[in-house]
Amino acid sequence: MNTVLVRRVLPPVLLGVLALIAWELLVQLAKIQPYLLPAPTAIAKQFSAVLPALWSATLATGTNAFIGLVAGSILAIIVALVASRLRFIDELIAPVVAAIAVVPIVALAPVLTTMFGATSETPRRVIVMIVVFVPVFVNTLRGLRQALPVHRDLMRAYAASNWQLTRTVTVPGALPYIFTGLNIASSLAVISAVVAEYFGGLQNGLGSRITSAAANSAYPRAWAYVFGAIVLGLVFYAATLVLERLASRRR
Amino acid sequence: MSPASGVKAVEVTGVTKTFPTKAGLVTALDDVALSVAPGEFVSLIGPSGCGKSTLLRLIADLDTPTAGSITVFGKSARQARLDQDYGIAFQTAGLLPWRSVTANIELPLQLHGAERAQRRDRVAELIELVGLSEFAGSYPEQLSGGMQQRVAIARALAERPELLLMDEPFGALDEMTRERMQSELVRICGETGAAVIFVTHSIPEAVFLSDRVVVMSPRPGRIREVVEVRLGDARGEALREEAAFFTSVTDVREALHGTPGAPAARGVESR
Amino acid sequence: MNSTSVARTARAIALGALGIVLLGVIWEVYKLLGPAAGFELFGVQLLPRTSDVAMPHLWDMLARALAPANTSAASQPVWLAVALACLSSLGTAAMGLLVGAVVGFGLALVMLRLRVAESAILPWLVLSQTVPLIALAPVIVSWGGRVQIGEFEWQRWMSVAVIASYLAFFPVAVGALRGLQSPLVAQQELMHSFAAGWWKTLLHLRLPASVPYLIPALRLGAASAIIGTVVAEVSTGAKGGIGRLIIEYAQSGSSDPAKAWSPIAGAVLMGLAAAGIVALVALTLGRFRRNEVTA
Repeated sequence: MNTVLVRRVLPPVLLGVLALIAWELLVQLAKIQPYLLPAPTAIAKQFSAVLPALWSATLATGTNAFIGLVAGSILAIIVALVASRLRFIDELIAPVVAAIAVVPIVALAPVLTTMFGATSETPRRVIVMIVVFVPVFVNTLRGLRQALPVHRDLMRAYAASNWQLTRTVTVPGALPYIFTGLNIASSLAVISAVVAEYFGGLQNGLGSRITSAAANSAYPRAWAYVFGAIVLGLVFYAATLVLERLASRRR
Repeated sequence: MSPASGVKAVEVTGVTKTFPTKAGLVTALDDVALSVAPGEFVSLIGPSGCGKSTLLRLIADLDTPTAGSITVFGKSARQARLDQDYGIAFQTAGLLPWRSVTANIELPLQLHGAERAQRRDRVAELIELVGLSEFAGSYPEQLSGGMQQRVAIARALAERPELLLMDEPFGALDEMTRERMQSELVRICGETGAAVIFVTHSIPEAVFLSDRVVVMSPRPGRIREVVEVRLGDARGEALREEAAFFTSVTDVREALHGTPGAPAARGVESR
Repeated sequence: MNSTSVARTARAIALGALGIVLLGVIWEVYKLLGPAAGFELFGVQLLPRTSDVAMPHLWDMLARALAPANTSAASQPVWLAVALACLSSLGTAAMGLLVGAVVGFGLALVMLRLRVAESAILPWLVLSQTVPLIALAPVIVSWGGRVQIGEFEWQRWMSVAVIASYLAFFPVAVGALRGLQSPLVAQQELMHSFAAGWWKTLLHLRLPASVPYLIPALRLGAASAIIGTVVAEVSTGAKGGIGRLIIEYAQSGSSDPAKAWSPIAGAVLMGLAAAGIVALVALTLGRFRRNEVTA
């Protein structure tokens, strides 16, 4: 236990603290201008000053990320289930998914805003959905293909229906893979929800606060909002980790 | 499910199975015939590639024969599978890693819609039968190979089948565990009265367990000889050291290696 | 490449194209049959509006791409403007990828050499990927035109490249580290028995072994660099890039709705082109990539 602490926890924590101190000292001693890099203390001060606005912006972005994440993941899992059964569907979708993976999906934000209306939250949620779809789909499909031949034989010997095979063997076996996909997706959801706001649309989230603070040369404030976004990202990531732990406890 | 008297548990007639491979058509089984009476224990033995596992899979309707017919309790193999007339165990236990011992044994009952209370009682009986009561809530990864295989056997017995199909179930176990499992199986079969078809590599195992040992030869897979083993119903550990046991082991070995001078007439399967 | 793999590739391309055609068909069918105001449930717009402004016909988008960008006589056609902007962005992204890959690979080497560096840095690298550090783009962009060191002046496109390189470096660093650490103990002991030092082991064993890990990492890095470039260009308004064009054309909005789709198609093609370039580079390394791993 102690050696784990020393070898795995101590080095990164130490590095983090050292980096923070170095950052503060560098800014103070070298008189670095705030537009280049504000001091951590200045950011912390702004952080508490804008807390109410930060909270509402975080809530708005967080809601978008969450809804997009849930909707996109459910869609991805369903499509992966279909693709794992029907080879043709798989062949049809796989190239499109591979293409989506290398394409800047956030660029769709402006046209989605025209399609759904400038006062709608939907465009950003759709962006998150599409971005999230890729890792969840790819990993779920990989997991669904892991079913062992002996388990398939067993289920055939039991004269089990296709649905029973899916429910009792394929899906439980794929769960760890699905969670790998969800871990990646949870981070992507927050990132794309923030970034989609740079492309216009409703201006109530973290992304637009960061841009407007930067445009007003209030750099420590912009950094404070960035840290809000970082905390949001960590919350999402931690939430999927907890979910994974809960799901694997039942095994 | 009580088959009419006189109906064979398994009746295999003229079965041929070919597989297409890159090197052309491979004949896994060539004109094989075999019949197994209710309550009878029959082992299939032979070198790899002799088609013994294929024959078992055909009887289980996991594959379909290229030619010939298979009946199980007078029905087609497919109908017997749909009616769940047999239980099956494979070389790997094939337990679902996310289910506890109880839930794994329960699986077939659950799939076929048995009620919860009924399921619970039956699983408790089965766990008792295979001697794993202390491990009811454990998960497969926490069990040794022998214990996993016992769970698989309990699972195969869950629906009181009149026929058990076993494909080298003890193949991956060490010798000591293996002998213990064989004794367990003899006891369990005595208690359930099911017919068993048992695929194995091991001569002593086949002799210890079986009423008849079917010796097969490869390329193409054929039945070379059927050795009758008459060792009686009371098979204790002491049996392994009796002269009759060794005689039968020798008989099977000679049948396997095709030694000339072996009493060829003995129990050759009549078609 | 033998004939079956050619046939398989052809089939994949054909079906992929069919998938895209299907998307187009769905678009037009929804536009034809969908409700004009879209579909709203509990005040949430679930389905888009189907007017020509919200969802232009595919052929209108195509026609608009071929027409001049604006009313002035010397105007380029839209597709040309988009293509030029894409090239410029591609250049910036390539610069970002190059810097990111070099830094990422260097960091991987440091982590390989010093165990303590690995245990100190790697958790931060992993953590940094779970949070939206790209949100810093508007801040970093503000360096443009303000930093001057002697003759050297910090340009806006450099800010864009910095953001692109930040996004690109992580997959390369992690992929390279996994690849460099991939040789088996037996292989390492073989090199040891040859009395090969750390550098020789690196050159003859670890570097070749890392290729199957590096290629997917570079593919991911290239995609990230493209995304970083587009996002950074949007938040800078840096002239010349595709990001700027996406925003600019979107602002023509209701009067010229089909125009907004051209730069988006450009961005999509740019992403595909970047992946294609990485794939071409990978082809030259065919000897080393017998068993490529999935990223």
